[in-house]
Amino acid sequence: AVKGTLCFQVSAALREGQITPTELCQRCLSLIRSTKFLNAYITVTEETALKQAEESEERFRRGQPLGVLDGIPVAVKDNFNTAGIETTCASNMLRGYISPYNATVVQKLLDQGAVLVGKTNLDEFAMGSGSTDGVFGPVRNPWSYSRQYKEKSAPKSHSEDRESKWVITGGSSGGSAAAVSSFTCFAALGSDTGGSTRNPAAHCGVVGLKPTYGLISRHGLIPLVNSMDVPGILTRCVDDAAVVLGLLAGHDPKDSTTIQDKFKPFELPNLPDVSKLSIGIPKEYHAPGLSGEILALWSKAADLFKKAGAKVIEVSLPHTRYSIVCYHVLCTAEVASNMARFDGLEYGHRSDTNKSTESMYAATRREGFNAVVRGRILSGNYFLLKQNYERYFVKAQQVRRLIAHDFSKVFGNGVDVLLTPTTLTDAAPYTEFIKEDNRTRSAQDDILTQAANMAGLPAINVPAALSERGLPVGLQFIGRSFQEKQLLTVAKWFEKQVEFPRIQLEEVKRHDHGVLQHQKSASFS
Amino acid sequence: QAVTVEVLDHLERLALVDFRDSEGVERLQKAIQFADQLHEVNTDGVEPMDSVLEDRCLYLRGDDVTEGNCTKELMKNAREKVEEYFVAPPGIVLLIKI
Repeated sequence: AVKGTLCFQVSAALREGQITPTELCQRCLSLIRSTKFLNAYITVTEETALKQAEESEERFRRGQPLGVLDGIPVAVKDNFNTAGIETTCASNMLRGYISPYNATVVQKLLDQGAVLVGKTNLDEFAMGSGSTDGVFGPVRNPWSYSRQYKEKSAPKSHSEDRESKWVITGGSSGGSAAAVSSFTCFAALGSDTGGSTRNPAAHCGVVGLKPTYGLISRHGLIPLVNSMDVPGILTRCVDDAAVVLGLLAGHDPKDSTTIQDKFKPFELPNLPDVSKLSIGIPKEYHAPGLSGEILALWSKAADLFKKAGAKVIEVSLPHTRYSIVCYHVLCTAEVASNMARFDGLEYGHRSDTNKSTESMYAATRREGFNAVVRGRILSGNYFLLKQNYERYFVKAQQVRRLIAHDFSKVFGNGVDVLLTPTTLTDAAPYTEFIKEDNRTRSAQDDILTQAANMAGLPAINVPAALSERGLPVGLQFIGRSFQEKQLLTVAKWFEKQVEFPRIQLEEVKRHDHGVLQHQKSASFS
Repeated sequence: QAVTVEVLDHLERLALVDFRDSEGVERLQKAIQFADQLHEVNTDGVEPMDSVLEDRCLYLRGDDVTEGNCTKELMKNAREKVEEYFVAPPGIVLLIKI
């Protein structure tokens, strides 16, 4: 089915009165309830969502909607501060923490009239690539319950067997990806430090955009790696991502790492033209472990561009394989610093120990953080020790420059956009995934996404096809700094070519979403 | 090269996360081993990179008070407080092993 701009479509429906914001909100809330087994949400903000929907309805009645996003249900990853709403980062350290303020990006969404339906699940403090390591449990990939997966993977098995075959969403923004993928919201915020928006987008069959570092404010996003974090955007189609980007991008005086250039929101051409572009295929992204079918898909995609008249050339980013090692050092070092604020005094969990300040800090942090977080803090502190600082931290910063330089050289030679796979394989079953520890998994899964964070470049996952197991596989486009318009134009063109199938969710009692589908598409059983 | 007990003690005091079990130490060793791959890269003459925005000027706003007076809100999330003070256990005593 050809996807239209879902935000625009439902937005038009709201404006024409075919459906009211409260009805839309209630449908999404009801769907959240019936998909609770996905564990995509940590907090569902039913009351405030309905209130926001009513306010939106009032504006539509007066004929004065705030914009395209007015009345549209959205979800936000639980590492963004949301005023008056619990923000946990899926950690015991922040259980019960009620944010006193809205992150800038959250405020911007609310100012546009968006309806916040809930805070989504993630790996604890965004550390992980499976959305399996949070204290509220793992997120289940909605595609585990799709007809497509069932038919390919377990056509004859009983539901008990199927229970153990559910697959992960990827991470760390798995809750947001699952929420968008299962239609409980129209757009969701994630974060992306090493691939945390693009990875789950690929596994859940949705669009995941990592903007250029410095384009969107990080104020209110609980930081992981200050020099690499960006808010990520998850939607069901590229046009929607462009709409949300347009509303979020721009300088924020509260975040001095946002650039001061004036941002011009853009609309993507209806019929994008890629014939004048140069698409680079970095050979190092043919990484060990890349599945045969993704390799074939990547090759097919390159051919599509060639046939359309684009110049498709192989390029080299020689330091790609060191990106993950570099990330390991820089990430743990910044984490060691960023996690120092959690001491139990001003907010968050506090241990009952009262023997001394330091022992209270230590007990609080032992009780509040899971092993992954503690491990990274410890490693980070190790790399920052005086005797190690040059050998590890500074060394990693030097390698970072080499990685960034690889990209600027390729773009400097005339390549407009890079085309790569997003993940090595389709989503793994949870029981398989947890056989390896978090660090090993992250090192494996981030390999194709991490370098873009290292260089601060914009990158996007576009769902490309279903794997042999009936699960989504996506491809990634990496663009030049601050050239989101070109990047999204290419992404939109590709999206139109592949016509990625709609998920056919079975085990959910679905209401009639007829008004939301102004397109021919498979119905729900 | 194994991580010595002195380094581990030092790290624990710096990080204030205890990691005394053997699993933790092993994890740290593996992390160091992983990071050692960096030394395969020749970085002679390469400037360390702090930020991808290094070619731009940092934004400085005017030195004007634009917000504040939110003591009540900020105190809301603290567990132990007295008036407008956050309360810590008595004395900064060196880490006592529990």
